[in-house]
Amino acid sequence: MASTETGARSASGGPHDLAGLEAGLDALDAVRIERTPFGKVLLHKVLPPVTAVVLVLVVWKLLVVAEVTDDYKLPDPSAVWHSLRELWLRGTLLDIVWTSVSRGLLGFVAALALGTPLGLLVARVKFVRAALGPVLSGLQSLPSVAWVPAAVIWLGITDGAMYAVILLGAVPSIANGLVSGIDQVPPLYLRAGRTLGATGLRGARHVLLPAALPGYIAGLKQGWAFSWRSLMAAELIASSPDLGLGLGQYLENARTDSDMPGVLLGIILILFVGIAIDLAVFSPLERRVLRTRGLAAAAR
Amino acid sequence: MAPALTTDKTGATALADRESAAVRIEHVHKSFGRPGASQPVLDDVSLEVRPGEFVCLLGASGCGKSTLLNLVAGLDRPTAGSIEVPGGRPALMFQEHALFPWLTAGRNIELALRLRGVPRAERRPEAERLLELVRLSGAYGKRVHELSGGMRQRVALARALAQDSQVLLMDEPFAALDAITRDVLHHELTRIWSETSLSVLFVTHNVREAVRLAERVVLLSSRPGRVARQWAVDIPQPRRIEDAAVADLSVEITEELRGEIRRHGQH
Repeated sequence: MASTETGARSASGGPHDLAGLEAGLDALDAVRIERTPFGKVLLHKVLPPVTAVVLVLVVWKLLVVAEVTDDYKLPDPSAVWHSLRELWLRGTLLDIVWTSVSRGLLGFVAALALGTPLGLLVARVKFVRAALGPVLSGLQSLPSVAWVPAAVIWLGITDGAMYAVILLGAVPSIANGLVSGIDQVPPLYLRAGRTLGATGLRGARHVLLPAALPGYIAGLKQGWAFSWRSLMAAELIASSPDLGLGLGQYLENARTDSDMPGVLLGIILILFVGIAIDLAVFSPLERRVLRTRGLAAAAR
Repeated sequence: MAPALTTDKTGATALADRESAAVRIEHVHKSFGRPGASQPVLDDVSLEVRPGEFVCLLGASGCGKSTLLNLVAGLDRPTAGSIEVPGGRPALMFQEHALFPWLTAGRNIELALRLRGVPRAERRPEAERLLELVRLSGAYGKRVHELSGGMRQRVALARALAQDSQVLLMDEPFAALDAITRDVLHHELTRIWSETSLSVLFVTHNVREAVRLAERVVLLSSRPGRVARQWAVDIPQPRRIEDAAVADLSVEITEELRGEIRRHGQH
């Protein structure tokens, strides 16, 4: 194939020859992206968690039937279901959930507005990083429940105290997510950006921030988890009739009434809301960002 | 067949003609690390690229060829000496495609146009034109991960061309490609170079590639990098990498390159 004959150069090495070769290469090398069919999604994504939930219910029921412990400690699943139905029929279920969810989301948005510029400052300004970086990472390991007494003394048992606790829990994770996102940007992108003329603010806007997006979204996800956790802790500890009935207060009320089905229902609802927000908001966002960058192919 | 040789050690072939240089590198030194205790990477390198010229920088690892390219690109500063690029900021292509994965192929090119100040309405047609130039008309909406290695480098070439620089710097851009794809890209590059007034400074460690592409091959010595020798390649284009003339000159240059490398084993 490799002709070393100089004379044949112009004849066989013409542009037509290579254009055909190129088209063939492009066709052979093109990466094929396949969409998974709906049935497969159902089988691989929906079936496993449903099986897990059913299994938990079965084990629970078996433990109740075997009478491993007193009824007031481990009620029948149907008693919890009954509590849920009652709450729904009284029309208070959605109110309780919404009180907490609206607080949680509002607090999260505030944490987003504070954590993002803070993260940018820590990532890009050396002095600020040296001063605040270790504090931010340290704050992440401090359970935000620890802030509840302080928040109550400063702000009283008010909505303000709730929001303060959410912010103290979520701002560090959002800021840290952005910092690690920026730190993990491949230097090659920054060099390529600079040769294209993206320096300073334009570099931040067109190269640095988009490149840091996956880390930032991971930070948001964690920030939401922290917001929700902190809020539930605050509602449990600092419950007051003035505040309106949220999930935390509902749980605390059930405890004082020794209403075990209510306690279990409270736990299940808190868990359910946390998972639902993650599945409805953050996971699709993360998947979209990773997929457009070709990073989600392995996760399938 | 016998190539014209320039044996001037400093490579100062065209220093007299001060106005007509696309890139002018004069007595450049570069060392990394603390002053005093640092190892020089480049030692008194002088080199000119004329407007429209295609120059290949050749050398073994450790000769500082990528360092030199970074200096010309303005990504780093020389320790001593001067580098001038009269036509403004040069475009740079890397061994990795360095396309932004959050943008489509077309949008990558449009970003370069936008940063150059091209008005919004003109960006899309210009991006399409550049994609056509690298024979990828259908790739505008493709994501980077949907393209093959060769296609990525062609989009990267289109993005570099979008900068409308007079000088294109290339840092082993085809080193990670298979031989057949590399052949095709050699062809595309020489075609585009001959259709434009672009000056190219192309870094490689592949002797055949250098002879296939360049009008002038510059051999750098290693540790520290110096201009060891230059060859003018007067084999007419279009060349092929398997041409006998390309092979002959490659043998000669390879001998010289081996000699450079051997010197380092002797002490």
